[in-house]
Formats: sequence, C-alpha cells, structure tokens
Amino acid sequence: MTDASFNASTATTRAYTNEAGFGDYFSLLKPRVMSLVVFTAMVGLLAAPVPIHPFVGFCAILFIAIGGGASGALNMWWDADIDRVMKRTRNRAVPAGRVEPGEALALGLALSGLSVIMLGLATNWFAAAFLAFTIFFYVVVYTVWLKRLTPQNIVIGGAAGAFPPVIGWVAATGTMTLEPWLMFALTFMWTPPHFWALALFMRSDYDDAGVPMLTVTHGRYATRWHILVYSILLAILAVGTAFSGIGGPIYLVVALVLNAMFLRGAWQIARRNEEDSEADNFKVERGFFKLSLLYLFLHFGAILAEALLKPYGLGGWS
Amino acid sequence: MSLRKSHELHQRRFGRNLGVGLVLAAFIVIIFGLTVVKVSGSNFGAANQEVQN
Repeated sequence: MTDASFNASTATTRAYTNEAGFGDYFSLLKPRVMSLVVFTAMVGLLAAPVPIHPFVGFCAILFIAIGGGASGALNMWWDADIDRVMKRTRNRAVPAGRVEPGEALALGLALSGLSVIMLGLATNWFAAAFLAFTIFFYVVVYTVWLKRLTPQNIVIGGAAGAFPPVIGWVAATGTMTLEPWLMFALTFMWTPPHFWALALFMRSDYDDAGVPMLTVTHGRYATRWHILVYSILLAILAVGTAFSGIGGPIYLVVALVLNAMFLRGAWQIARRNEEDSEADNFKVERGFFKLSLLYLFLHFGAILAEALLKPYGLGGWS
Repeated sequence: MSLRKSHELHQRRFGRNLGVGLVLAAFIVIIFGLTVVKVSGSNFGAANQEVQN
C-alpha cells in the first residue's frame, strides 16, 4: 500500500466515522428553542376565545414548531462560521463537520415550505402567512442582516421568538385582536434582559466571534443598566396584562411575585461591578438568567390557567 | 465467520433510515387525521347540504 492510498483510506474512514446520525439532523432544529415555541404557541391557541378541534390544534402547534425548527436550521447554516468560534456552539452539527452546510440549508428550506403550507391547510392562510413572515424575519432580518450589524440584535431577534403565541391565536380565530400582541410584547420585552444576562457571563464567546453584543460594543456597565431599564418596562407590561382579556387574579398574583423578584435581580446586577461578579463567578447574573427562564414559563402558564378555568366560571375577572 | 461484520456506522445509518421512516409514517397519519377532521367538520357538512339543496 502506498502512502497516498493509505492517507486516502484514512481520510475516508474519518469521513465515515463523522457521518451524521438522525439526532444530528434533529439538532439542527434547535429542540430547546422549539420547546419554548411549542409552549407559547399552545398558550396562544388555547387562550383564544374560539374553540378548535383538538387534532387541528395539535397539528397547528406541530407545524408552528416545525417552522421554528426550520428557521433554526437556516440560522445554523448561515452562522456556521461564528458557531465554529464560540465554545457554546462549536459542537453543533454543522461547525463540527457532521452535517454539510448545504444539507442544513436544504432541510431548513424544505421544512419552511412544508410547515407554512401545512399550517395553511390545517387552519387558515392568515396564520400561515404569519408563520412565513416569522421565518423570514428570523432568518433574513435577524440572522443575515442585523445580528452582525447592531448591538440591538437581541432586541430585534426577540421579535421573531415572540411571534408563536400570535400565530397560535390566529390559527384558532382567523382574526387579530389586542390580546395576542400582549403575549408577543411579553416575550419581546423579556428577551433582551434574558440574553444580556447570558452575555455578561459568556462574554469571551461573543468577543471571539465578533458579534456586536451590547457587552462588546457599549461595555458591561451599560449592559447592566440596560437590563434594569428593560426589566422595569417588562414589569409594567407584564402586570398591566393582568387587566386584559387574557389576565385574571391568578395571573396578577404570579406577575406581581415574579416581577418583584425579577426587578430585585436586575437592580442587583446594575449595582454590581466587575470585581464583585468575578469574585463569585457571576452568581447573581447566572441566578437572574435561570429566573428569567422560570419567569416566562410561569407567566404563560398563568395565562393558560386563566384560559382553562374560564369554562368553569373561574378564570379571568368575570 | 461472517463476512458482513456490522460496524457502528451501519447502526448509525440504520438509525437514520428508521428515523426518516418514522417521520414519513407520522406525516401520513397527520394527513389522514386532518382529512378525517376536515371532511367530517361542520363546514364540509354545510357545503355538502348546499350542494344537495
């Protein structure tokens, strides 16, 4: 055996051992993000005042989730270069070399088309158009255009993640009112403090990748105060939602408790300096990040509880 | 001794094929379920009645 043929054989073996499994393709759909999409879309669908057939409702949530997953695959295709640099993302299927970028693109495009058409057929074309717009917004406006251009990238990207409850509502009703936009605003205002807290303790990742996160462009002191300002605006919105058609006493109690905790955390973050944070390995920032996950889950959970109790005369204010 | 020794790669490919197969089967179930719901739904019934009248 010559050196050349031995090297070729070794390269082929390596290529085979690095071949993608089914899980690698599934991971392109960002299952953790999909779980948030599924939950918020389900709340939007069930909070709507129009009953929907359970199987159609299930399909609507499934296709919204697939649409969200498709945009995740397209995001991984476009961002493979920066994913390769960041510690948090370098083991993803595309930067790790298990899936070709072209495969991620093809999967993303195919699932985008499939999810939009199927949602339109299962529910209505208004909801399908919203799903198509959400995919376009996340992939083209956020990922391709603004993510690498402006430190407000997270604020803008948050809009894409906030659409699922609106799509769920429209899938059930076929019309648009104020309530789904309150759910949209809740997720939209929640995203910046959630991600900026993450950026505070994952700073070097974004630095290395050259993504203009607020921590990189405006510094960590400014980011801390941005978190506080957004948390105050979020608290006003979240508590105010209690007095709308999707709110009620359960939601009000949940919102008051969680927003008091959230504001306390944001205030602590704003008051801390880098020495304090380095000393305890960003304990407060990490705690705030974990609280933010619970925050969104419980707010939407409370909206769901109000909606589910309404048929028994218990949910809402009436 | 078997000449077709199973490799980890074969298991991975089988897993991939099985995954695609299950996804396709689920898709068929969804299309069938949606068809049943839409056909037996009130809108279809109303349209059908209109045709009969």
